[in-house]
Amino acid sequence: MSVLKVSNLSKAFGGIKAVTDVSLNVEKGEIIGLIGPNGAGKTTFFNLLTGIYQPTSGEIEYDLNIKVSSKDFKPYKMTHYGVARTFQNIRLFQNMTVVENVLIGFHNGLKYSVASSLFRLPQYYKSERNTYEKAIKLLDKFDLLDKKDSYARNLSYGDQRRLEIARALAAEPKLLLLDEPAAGMNPKETAELTELIKWIREQFDLTIILIEHDMSLVMNICERLFVFDYGHLIASGLPEEIRNNPRVIKAYLGEEAN
Amino acid sequence: MKSFNKRHIIMTIAIIAIYLLGKILIDVGLIDSYLQLNIMVIGINIILAVSLNLITGFTGQFTLGHAAFMAIGAYTSAVITAKLNLPFIVGIIAAGLMAAIAGVLIGIPTLRLKGDYLAIATLGFGEIIRILALNTDYIGGAIGFNDIPQYTNWTWIYSMVVLTIVLITNFINSYHGRACISIRENEIAAEAMGINTTFYKVLAFAIGAFFAGIAGALYANYFYFIKPDSFGFMKSIDILVIVVFGGMGSIPGSIVGAIALTVISTFLQSIGNLRMVIYAVILFLIMLYRPSGLMGKTEIKFLKKKEAKKYVSAKS
Repeated sequence: MSVLKVSNLSKAFGGIKAVTDVSLNVEKGEIIGLIGPNGAGKTTFFNLLTGIYQPTSGEIEYDLNIKVSSKDFKPYKMTHYGVARTFQNIRLFQNMTVVENVLIGFHNGLKYSVASSLFRLPQYYKSERNTYEKAIKLLDKFDLLDKKDSYARNLSYGDQRRLEIARALAAEPKLLLLDEPAAGMNPKETAELTELIKWIREQFDLTIILIEHDMSLVMNICERLFVFDYGHLIASGLPEEIRNNPRVIKAYLGEEAN
Repeated sequence: MKSFNKRHIIMTIAIIAIYLLGKILIDVGLIDSYLQLNIMVIGINIILAVSLNLITGFTGQFTLGHAAFMAIGAYTSAVITAKLNLPFIVGIIAAGLMAAIAGVLIGIPTLRLKGDYLAIATLGFGEIIRILALNTDYIGGAIGFNDIPQYTNWTWIYSMVVLTIVLITNFINSYHGRACISIRENEIAAEAMGINTTFYKVLAFAIGAFFAGIAGALYANYFYFIKPDSFGFMKSIDILVIVVFGGMGSIPGSIVGAIALTVISTFLQSIGNLRMVIYAVILFLIMLYRPSGLMGKTEIKFLKKKEAKKYVSAKS
């Protein structure tokens, strides 16, 4: 069953075409890698997938919680549609505690009214207590429980990355988008992250798309790869195929001198 | 997270005790009318500062038009109590509602702007309200609005201050409040987590404006007389100074800030011309030595557990 269908997607900023005529399909439960040189349009593609940009032409369709197409995308509606993401440059709520960061992730799951919150009606206590317990459980799974009351800005870099993933999972997505999750990590942290991604896919029954430059991680966990170059989708397929694809080698290393 | 724990009971007893103490001292005559005047000013300033803190300190929207909401509340209550002869409670509620409506109307177009641009837009809004009041003869125009019945007393001011602090604290500690704080922290991430940022900015604006309107009503019905110039740009700055001085994002800070600054400026009144210079120097020194405000980011947290506190104190 395909959960994401992109057809003829293009995005131009004035004269610059950041994404040109991209079509692809993602099946339920896959881990997809999005690779390509810097400036290839990967993050723009992510921003299109999460409604931050509207496509210039073409369409994106999700079939997760409900069927929805890119005409109805708004950044704040995406978690409702079942899509959550992390960012290339970590965007945590720095001056909020770890548990508060995760609680924000549960935002869409909370439904009590403004009046309930102002006057502390029973509904307030019930929802807050349930959500707090869920947040604690989630933090426990991510080994962040002992740090739950420290400010996010005081966490180590690796912990911040993990917290960002935990926060995204709090939104209970079906599709998780990870923008360079291993950026700035040392090899040991990257190996841990690889295990973590495999584990959350099983645990949370997710489809995952990730942008990554670290080939050890990409080749290790991705079942399929899409390669971007200058806004075009130049190759797609199994990691083995991509490794030997002449167009991909050319994009990364340039052409051989004859 | 019990719904009604020991701390709530202690807080409730403390709140009632302070009220009774004030009431008795005023009835016996130990607090003279001059001191009473200052208490009223402190109370009004606390409401204004706490409500502005919700908008600027917690939601992170920098606005310079808070006095305009106070003006709307003051004139609404003045019309209702003086011209229509309705009871004060009607005046207070109408003042809050009118200000909140104005907050929504001004919030929807301007909250698309960020930072300095929002500040300038709200500054313009404040001037529009002042000039409208200046040119409307029904509410006295430039001469001002006279003969407003004096209803504001210790009971009213105290209950409104408590109501403002309790409701805004409750709001901050709910998921709606957390959404507002997350907008301050990182708007893009907040949106990606499913928070409708426009809605929450306008909501914070409306709630802040509501309480500023109530402060305006209390002001109008204490001083008999209001004029448009009392609610100008300088008044907005005064409120902002209290918030920054007390600590952005700290409700105890706003309370302490309002009390401290009102007391300081009262004491300085005897000095005369040098008053503003010394006031400025005091502000300058405090901001130099406590850049995050008197109370930093201290929040009133009913929900925080004891273990949580231990961890934080061990960390810092």
